Amino acid sequence: MTTLDTAPSTGASLRGARLPRYAPAIAGVISVAAAAIVGMSLSWNLAGMVILAVLIYLVGLTTWSRAVENSRAATDRLVTSLIWVALGIAFIPLVSLLYEVISKGAGQIDGKFLTWTMRNVVGQPGGIYHAIIGTLIITAGATVISVPIGLLTAVYLVEYSAGSRVASWIRFLVDVMTGIPSIVAGLFAYALFSLIVGPGTQFGIGGSVALALLMIPIVVRSSEEMLKLVPSDLREAAYALGVPKWKTVLKVVIPTALAGIITGVTLAVARVIGETAPLLIICGSTDSLNYNLFHGQMASLPVFIYTSYTQPGLNPSILQNMAWGAALVLIVIVMVLNIAARVAGRIFAPKTGH
Amino acid sequence: MAKSIDVSDLNIYYGDFLAVEGVNMTITARSVTALIGPSGCGKSTFLRTLNRMHEVIPGARVEGKVLIDGQSLYDSNVDPVEVRRMVGMVFQRPNPFPTMSIYENVLAGLRLNNKRLSKSEADNVVEKSLQQANLWNEVKDRLNKPGMGLSGGQQQRLCIARAISVEPQVLLMDEPCSALDPISTSAVEDLIHELKEQYTIVIVTHNMQQAARVSEDTAFFNLAGAGKPGRLVEMNPTKKIFSVPDEEATEAYISGRFG
Repeated sequence: MTTLDTAPSTGASLRGARLPRYAPAIAGVISVAAAAIVGMSLSWNLAGMVILAVLIYLVGLTTWSRAVENSRAATDRLVTSLIWVALGIAFIPLVSLLYEVISKGAGQIDGKFLTWTMRNVVGQPGGIYHAIIGTLIITAGATVISVPIGLLTAVYLVEYSAGSRVASWIRFLVDVMTGIPSIVAGLFAYALFSLIVGPGTQFGIGGSVALALLMIPIVVRSSEEMLKLVPSDLREAAYALGVPKWKTVLKVVIPTALAGIITGVTLAVARVIGETAPLLIICGSTDSLNYNLFHGQMASLPVFIYTSYTQPGLNPSILQNMAWGAALVLIVIVMVLNIAARVAGRIFAPKTGH
Repeated sequence: MAKSIDVSDLNIYYGDFLAVEGVNMTITARSVTALIGPSGCGKSTFLRTLNRMHEVIPGARVEGKVLIDGQSLYDSNVDPVEVRRMVGMVFQRPNPFPTMSIYENVLAGLRLNNKRLSKSEADNVVEKSLQQANLWNEVKDRLNKPGMGLSGGQQQRLCIARAISVEPQVLLMDEPCSALDPISTSAVEDLIHELKEQYTIVIVTHNMQQAARVSEDTAFFNLAGAGKPGRLVEMNPTKKIFSVPDEEATEAYISGRFG
C-alpha cells in the first residue's frame, strides 16, 4: 500500500511509449548496412566496418530510445548493448582459436595418427599415441597426488581449524602457491628428484609432482568453498544422532559437497593438462611409448606440440601439421573431462526429488 | 528406559559472555517439559547443554551440573558422542541429509554409528520409526526417493523419525513447529503425545498454546535486559503456570503484558 501512496508523481498512467520488440534487430540491420556502405566506399577492412557498425548501433539505438521512451530506458538499452558487445569481444579469441585448431588439425586425425607412436618414423607422418598416453598418465598421477592433499587441507580449514592463526597462514600460503609460475614448479621437481634419485633424472612421476604442485592450491580453494556451503544444520543433525565428527565429515559433509568438489578438481586438471614448461624439464621428450611413470622419459601432448613446432626436422610441414592435430586432441581431451565432470556432478548432486 | 534430568547451578558461557545464569531444574521422566520465554533469553542455549550440543559452537562452555539418572554429563571422562546417542535432538528447521533417501535418512543414526543391520531389521526400524513419527502412510511407497523432496512438515517428521530410530532416552525439541503450518504442527503435537509414553521430552516453543497443549511442566526463562544473562524465572506444572503462576513476570509474559 505504502509504495502506491508514495509512488513518484510522473503521472497517473503506468503506461508509456515503448519501442517495438524488434527495435534492436532493426537498429542492428540499419547499422550493419550503414557501416558496410561507408566502409566499402572508403575501402576499409572488415574490422573497421564491424567497429563502425557497433558504434552506429550503440548511438542510434540509445538516441532512438531516448526520443521515444525515456532516459532510463535509453540507459538500459545502452548498457544492455555494451554487455552484449563485451560478450562478443570475449568470444572472438575463443572462436578464432577453435576455428584455427580445427581447420588445421582435423585433417590430421585418423586411425594411424591416434594409434602410432613416432618411434623410427622419419620424414613421414606418424602418430601421437605415446604423447596421449603420457599426458593421461602424468595428469592422472598429478590428480592422485593433489586431490587427497588438497581435499584434506580444505577439510582441515573448514572443519577443524576454527579460525585459528595456523589456518589463516595456510590460506595465505595456498594463495601464494596459486601464483607459482609453472616453470618454477618444474624446476622444483627437477631439483627435488636430482637430490633423491640422482642428477639429471627425467621421468613421468616428476612431471606429476610438478603438476600436482600447480593443482593443489586450486583444489584446496575450490573444495574449501564447497565445504563451506554445506549448511551447519546438517553437521548438527549428525552430531545430535551421536555420530563422531570424523564420520560426520566423511559421510555427511563431503558427500553433500561432492558435486562441487568434482567440478573443482576438473578445473584444476584442465588448468594443468596443457602445461608444457615443467614437463619439458622433468619428463623430457621421447618418440617412444612409455607406460612406466617411474622410469624413463615420457612424452606428453604439450611437449610433443612444442618440439614438433620448434624442431620439425628436414620436412617441416609434416611435424608442424601433426602439432596442430595434437593440439586438437588436447582440446578434445579437456572438453571430454569437463563433460564427464558435469555428468558426475549431476549424479552426485544432492537430490531434491523433482 | 526414559530418564529424568537434574540440573543444578548451571551457568552457560559463550566465550566470556555469560548467556544463562544459575539454572536449577528437575525434569521428570516420561513427561513433556516446555521451555518458554522471550527471544534471546537462553531457552535454546539451555536445551543444547542437555546433550552437549552447545559445545559445537567455538568458545561455548558451561559451569555447574547436569545429571541424567544420576550420571553427570560434564565429567571429564564423559564422551559427548555417547551423550548424544542417549539424548536425541530435533531442530527448529527440518534438516534431512540431502544425499540420502527417506529410507537412508531414517537409518542414518544407526548406519553412521556402524550398527550392522540385516535387511529385515533395517526395514523394521524404518517402518517402526516412521509409524511413530506419523509419516509411514505418506511415504511408504516412495522410501527410496530423496528426503529433500518431501514438504516442510513431512521433512520435520522425517527428522523426528531419524531422531527416534536410534532409541534415545531423552528427546530434545528446539521449536520443532516454528517452520510448520497448523496441520503439520498438529501432527507433530499428536506425535509428542504418543512419544511421551516412552521418552522424556523437552520442548522449546514460542507458542504458548502449544506449551499448554502438550506439556506437563513448563519452565519460564527471562532476561533482565539486553546484555544481561537469561535465567529461569519459574518452573511449575503447566496448569499452574497458565492459571496462577508464582511470579509476576510469568503472569505478564503469558497474558501478553510483557515487561
